[in-house]
Amino acid sequence: MKRIDCLKAIYPELEDCAVVTIMGAVAAELYSLGHRANFFYLEHAMGLASSIGLGIALSQPDRKVVVIDGDGSVLMNLGGLTTMARSRPKNLVHLIFDNETLLSVGGGAPGGYKWFTTATSTGSDLAGIAKAAGYPRAQLVREMEDFEKAALDAINGDELSCIVAKVEAEMPKSFLMDVHMLENRFEFPRWLQAKGGVN
Amino acid sequence: MPVSVANSQLVYDAMKGVGVTLVSALPETWLVHLIRIADDDPQMTLVRLAKEEEGVGISAGAHFAGVKSAMLLQNHGFLQAINGIVGVSLLYKIPLLMLITDRGSFGEKDPWQTEGGKYTRPVLDALHIAHDDLSRPDDVEPKIAKAMTLAQSSLSPVALLLQRDLMWEEPK
Repeated sequence: MKRIDCLKAIYPELEDCAVVTIMGAVAAELYSLGHRANFFYLEHAMGLASSIGLGIALSQPDRKVVVIDGDGSVLMNLGGLTTMARSRPKNLVHLIFDNETLLSVGGGAPGGYKWFTTATSTGSDLAGIAKAAGYPRAQLVREMEDFEKAALDAINGDELSCIVAKVEAEMPKSFLMDVHMLENRFEFPRWLQAKGGVN
Repeated sequence: MPVSVANSQLVYDAMKGVGVTLVSALPETWLVHLIRIADDDPQMTLVRLAKEEEGVGISAGAHFAGVKSAMLLQNHGFLQAINGIVGVSLLYKIPLLMLITDRGSFGEKDPWQTEGGKYTRPVLDALHIAHDDLSRPDDVEPKIAKAMTLAQSSLSPVALLLQRDLMWEEPK
């Protein structure tokens, strides 16, 4: 399963969601499908995309928040899974692309070669960890059909959900993004607040 | 417990007075009343953290969503959160109000608190984070108001260091 295909499958559903992504490949590929004002790409601070999503979800409980995370980032903030679970925002979907590699910080290479794997490559099970942390729903998917169903159910559902999607450790076609971090930083809250917070 | 209830309430009221409706926290002795008061207030969202750095992200999300927030932490919690402060608050220019109980200064009896306190100000200064001490009850309301004003206008983290004289009442 390819990350870009997963993103294509959910892209239309993200139109009214506050979307927070991690750095690197995930940000670049979502951007490549067409930037929107409701996408915030956290270009640093690995692990905190889910915390930012939680802050939004608690502040605007009627807005759907989709965090698009990665195995390397999640492993840097495992405690955050327990904070998320105990806060249990019904309006948050935590999507984790698990390529078993620290791809975007140099752990991968073109052609899918992995020279710096994460512990998910040796059996650490992020969906299991999320479930055990207290997420009411957490699911591991490996096939496109399963991903699509799980993601759409979660986005249209009314419960804190975690979906861990096993994907190939493939580089994006390009890391170039023609949105400056600060432009993105000001555009995103303008979109969030223009909608009145509780729309 | 000789933590000042009255001054904890003062700090809490001042936070609410500047519009804070979300607080993230990890406890330490001097913060127990502040956190309890936040927990008892149905108008306040209290997020109990596993590690302080998370609070930096949560506050950023709240800011994006138009909500004012604060973090309650201690010296070591601040030191723990540095990467988030640099990689989120400073890099992205996001206001962050930190109320840091400042352990380890004159009067400290706990040997394990004596190291973290030494580095808190130098690290704040190294990051060019504006900070001030809170030692007197009369200063609480105006200094918290001014700190929040600066955080919002400069789009930066600011810190108030809650001092022993404010937070601790030595048993007679």
